[in-house]
Amino acid sequence: MFDKFKEWYENRHDYAQAWKKQTGGKVLGYFCTYVPEELLIAADILPLRILGSHEAQDVTEPHIFGMFCPFCRDCLAQGLKGRFDYLNGIMISQSCLHIRQTYNSWVKHIPQEFSYYMYMPHGVQTPHAYPYLRGELEVFKKALEKWIGRSISDKDIDRGIEVMNKNRQLMKQVYEFRKQDNPPLTGLEAMYMVVSSQMVEKEEHNQALEAVLKELPNRKLDRNTGTRLMIIGSEDDDTEFVEMVESLDSTLVVDEHCTGTRYFWNEVEPQKDRLAAIAARYIDRPPCPSKDWPERKRFPHILQLAKDYNVEGALVIQQKFCDPHELDMPALRQMLEENGIPTYFLEFDVTVPIGQFKTRVEAFLETFALPDLF
Amino acid sequence: MTEMKYQTKPLDIWNEGKALRQQYYENYAKAHEKGGIRWAGGAWAYSAVPAGLGDDVWSLTGEPYGASVAFNKEFAARCQEAIEAKGFARDLCAYLRNYLGSVVLDEYVFGGKFPKPDFMWTTHICCSHAKWYQIASDLEGGVPYFCIDVSTGLIEDFNERRREYVVNQLLDGIDWLEQTTGRDYDDQKLIQAVYNECEATSLWAEICALNRTIPAPLDEKTMYSLYVFGTIIKHRPEIVDFYRKLRDEVQERVDNKIAAVGNEQRRVITDTQPPWGFLEIFRYLETFGVVSVGSLYTFSLIGAWEVKDDGTWGPRTTPQEQGIDITTRKQALEVLADWTHARPEWQHFYSAQKKSDMMLRIVREWKVDGVMLHYNRGCEGLSLNIAENRLAFKDAGIPVLPFEGNMGDEREFDLERTKKAVDSFLELLGVK
Repeated sequence: MFDKFKEWYENRHDYAQAWKKQTGGKVLGYFCTYVPEELLIAADILPLRILGSHEAQDVTEPHIFGMFCPFCRDCLAQGLKGRFDYLNGIMISQSCLHIRQTYNSWVKHIPQEFSYYMYMPHGVQTPHAYPYLRGELEVFKKALEKWIGRSISDKDIDRGIEVMNKNRQLMKQVYEFRKQDNPPLTGLEAMYMVVSSQMVEKEEHNQALEAVLKELPNRKLDRNTGTRLMIIGSEDDDTEFVEMVESLDSTLVVDEHCTGTRYFWNEVEPQKDRLAAIAARYIDRPPCPSKDWPERKRFPHILQLAKDYNVEGALVIQQKFCDPHELDMPALRQMLEENGIPTYFLEFDVTVPIGQFKTRVEAFLETFALPDLF
Repeated sequence: MTEMKYQTKPLDIWNEGKALRQQYYENYAKAHEKGGIRWAGGAWAYSAVPAGLGDDVWSLTGEPYGASVAFNKEFAARCQEAIEAKGFARDLCAYLRNYLGSVVLDEYVFGGKFPKPDFMWTTHICCSHAKWYQIASDLEGGVPYFCIDVSTGLIEDFNERRREYVVNQLLDGIDWLEQTTGRDYDDQKLIQAVYNECEATSLWAEICALNRTIPAPLDEKTMYSLYVFGTIIKHRPEIVDFYRKLRDEVQERVDNKIAAVGNEQRRVITDTQPPWGFLEIFRYLETFGVVSVGSLYTFSLIGAWEVKDDGTWGPRTTPQEQGIDITTRKQALEVLADWTHARPEWQHFYSAQKKSDMMLRIVREWKVDGVMLHYNRGCEGLSLNIAENRLAFKDAGIPVLPFEGNMGDEREFDLERTKKAVDSFLELLGVK
């Protein structure tokens, strides 16, 4: 049922190249989920999130200092190795410094028809961020129009909003099933579903989601749910890790990742001023920690997810050197633990030591069985 | 030691600067005793804005404080261990860890307990700034905290709409300052602070521009002790006064060919903050007649620059020199935002190429023979794109020495290994 999502994720380059051939359209690689895909869809562009490959690499050392996160270096490696040579353009929506370097080096060393740096505000808690981002979207829209050689109408934008919102609604509906005592899907399947939505045409993804939603009510998995875990942290598409965790009598029932709920949790609330509506969506979305200040608005959202999904424990993970998450980590763990949710911290690199992590996660899971033992 | 070619002498103004710096940290610590108030925030905070609350408002800016901690290696190690014990990663900003560790230990590096601020006021441009004071506020038991997002991009893109975003936050900030402190806000004090800040930061650029001279009147190790005023109280009249006197003295050194390093043979620049506990590296260079004449960091962390008619960099023309009469709060904030967002050291947050171009300009205009790039594990903001900068120097045929270290955490700096790398660099420069 979820095989299609896995196939898309694993064969993202084949998909994008076939899409280009079939439609004659442009593919734009993007670096952060603050990119307003609504406008790209309105421009008939395929937005494709650039992620790493989780393979050891030796091509980024001359470009990015090794103190920056492995994810940003892995992403650049994909470009330097020519795996995204079919892209027509790239863009970034301002987030952390780490991924910004990937964009900068990509622009310099990998020629593109179009490149765009969007000044997404960090101060998403100030009311002035709404008109500011609206203005940035207007500038971006004009740049897109110049690139594609046509204007983007309100009707086009409505289509972009509608498609994106539908995708968000459908994924949220799938996530609802994860609240069940015995969820009919695994965390790994959910990860394939969300990450693939960042790579393929949204209409097609929506069709696949609708098909899944028809079958999901009758689906039973031949496995124990075990301990209900939440996974929280920085970019994570480490499917090998998720698969390993779920092989240990546990299920990841919900997440707080930009490859998960942070990507799709809230929708664009339609209003006459379409750009203002889109701006509000990105300002109000569950924030990346780099934008979560002065208040920590992400924490109550995480806690609510944990309650709604009846979470027993949380794996808090981060890409090595990811400052925004590192800065939240002590307070986040304290908040969860004060609310009765034990946490376990793991630091991810391009590849993870799966054997060592298995031992550590097993030890964490064993703590949930202790009351039965004594 | 190579042969002395030029006359050299210490700066006459040195002790005045030292006293001013000491007074700054003391003013902050003793503010409450004198009925004043104190705030904490980043060195890039809009420090002229809280000045509208009165002349007895004193700040503690985190980065210079973190550097002062780093200079005291024993205390720095204790600070780092204290904050790491709270669960914070050791690869975070070294200044942040030194500062927060000092808070956790409740020890001020200059003696006594850590003086708790009345409020926190800062800006956010790198990944750490806003989070730093969010955590500091928590650790200090919920100190009121205000942060301004300044990530509005390159100066050429800083149009009216983007400026309005910043200015509106500052206007909100002033309301917040009044509510938080219970004080009335004085726009005249703000306006004067804006004039002061513009003049002080332009003066610093003028001083740095004088270092184009051969022999260089200043060496970078000395400049570190002088630029710091722009990171602590750039808006205050005593700093304007100090920089005027310093400018005059440096001009006098230029006129009389008084060198910072008497055996000057080769000129280099560096990049990012140095490993503060190991400034002896500069003295080692000098024994071979190599003087570091500055860096984009030293020149423009606070220096205000503009391209002059002849195409070279020079001190930015101040609003007062342009005859701009600031009369309202909003105008003052607009002038300040325009001034602040043009800061060269902010441009590299958006473009590796911009930073390379600025550094190559310095190489040309300051007659530089080689570049030392500190791959600084302690500051991701200023190490941003540093590897691309290295490639730019390589492409331009300029000798470059990358060396790895940490501005504030000695555990990540290997002095002997660095000296060996410096030896190779000296050979490349033809002086060893």
